[in-house]
Amino acid sequence: MAGEKAPAEKKPAEKKPAKKKAGDKKPAEQKPSQKAAGDKKKRVKKYHASRNPTLARGIGRYSRSAMYARKALYKRKYTAPETKIEKKKKEMPRATITKPVGGDKNGGSRVVKIRKMPRYYPTEDVPRKLLSHGKKPFCEHKRRLRASITPGTVLILLTGRHRGKRVVFLKQLDTGLLLVTGPLAVNRVPLRRAHQKFVIATSTKVDLTGVKIPKHLTDSYFKKKRLRKPKHQEGEIFDTEKEKYELTEQRKADQKAVDSQILARIKKVPQLRGYLRSTFCLSNGVYPHKLVF
Amino acid sequence: VFKRFVEIGRVAFISFGPHAGKLVAIVDVIDQNRALVDGPCSGVRRQAMPFKCMQLTDFVLKFPHSARQKCVRRAWEKENINEKWSATRWAKKIEAREKKAKMTDFDRYKVMKAKKMRNRIIKHEMKKLQRMASKKGKKPGKPEKAVKGKKPEKAPKAKKPEKTPAPKAQKAQ
Repeated sequence: MAGEKAPAEKKPAEKKPAKKKAGDKKPAEQKPSQKAAGDKKKRVKKYHASRNPTLARGIGRYSRSAMYARKALYKRKYTAPETKIEKKKKEMPRATITKPVGGDKNGGSRVVKIRKMPRYYPTEDVPRKLLSHGKKPFCEHKRRLRASITPGTVLILLTGRHRGKRVVFLKQLDTGLLLVTGPLAVNRVPLRRAHQKFVIATSTKVDLTGVKIPKHLTDSYFKKKRLRKPKHQEGEIFDTEKEKYELTEQRKADQKAVDSQILARIKKVPQLRGYLRSTFCLSNGVYPHKLVF
Repeated sequence: VFKRFVEIGRVAFISFGPHAGKLVAIVDVIDQNRALVDGPCSGVRRQAMPFKCMQLTDFVLKFPHSARQKCVRRAWEKENINEKWSATRWAKKIEAREKKAKMTDFDRYKVMKAKKMRNRIIKHEMKKLQRMASKKGKKPGKPEKAVKGKKPEKAPKAKKPEKTPAPKAQKAQ
């Protein structure tokens, strides 16, 4: 066994507990492994010759377990310095949490497991699915915007309760919908989302340089709120759904903040205000494929 | 019955084909259906062209048959055909039609407002005249023609004043 090196190779004077050992020493028997840590300087490092005489090339006289005993490895058990591992090990995730419990006689709190055992094991195993690629969830889809739609473009809405109205485009939101405003004072269209596909982009543009749109106007701000508290029985569920839309103060404030900037720019262009107030319609002899918008 | 004839030097307007919309002069007649044609000042090379795609204009140039391009060009520039052409009603109608096709949505709105305003003025004047006529018996309607002539000048403050009188002028015929 080519375990030990010939002592002639190593100059023991240079005894530092570093890993600067060349070659084929076993990793478990690093130099800092001396028990006599104190007498590093005095003790001369001497390596024993191989305790396993060779019978033929590659074949030693003693087995693994015999060598273990002969090298007295039972006395020489070293652990690597554990600082980093210790630190990582300390951060074990919490397994339980203490939650407060209501009621008089319930003792105030309970210890609840955070990760619970499954409450159901299916009788048949689900077959392993084949790998697929390129199937992304909606949040990772690429959002595109037509080149004709830039901030400040006047759009014609084609669907929804504001169909036919001409409206100013502000920006595209994260889900790809377009943020659009009337402005409210002009045609009663508030800050609203519109879908790119159901909109005609005209070539008329309002100059929106320097207009600041508040950062909190995102999709979640405009999303319809649904309350999910079915505490009632069957007959009463339909009453409590909030069908009526209620105008909040924040919406009014945001509307005002954005519109005040835009209205100033609209006033500068002659007849633009009247244009935004009018609605789009087709009549006899007017063909959309022949119109230039 | 016929006023415009195919002759050497007749300026023709090409109505369709690759050179649609350009003016050429007839240099020579090849056979019953084709002419040798050249448009040095309108970017048409000397070539044979069927009569079917040509529409004759009122202008005739003077040059001998099969004259070379230099002579045709000289005659063209001497008569100043390009300017005379753009002054004709024909050319103006073509231009108005092109402008109308290029109108954007905003322009259409402005034209609509302009026409509405104009019609209101006309109607107002008409009503005034009618009232006067009915009150004072037979009054000849001379002033109404003068009123109609004034209207195209009342172009609104829109950005395309040249466009609005043009479609209005068509409508007023």
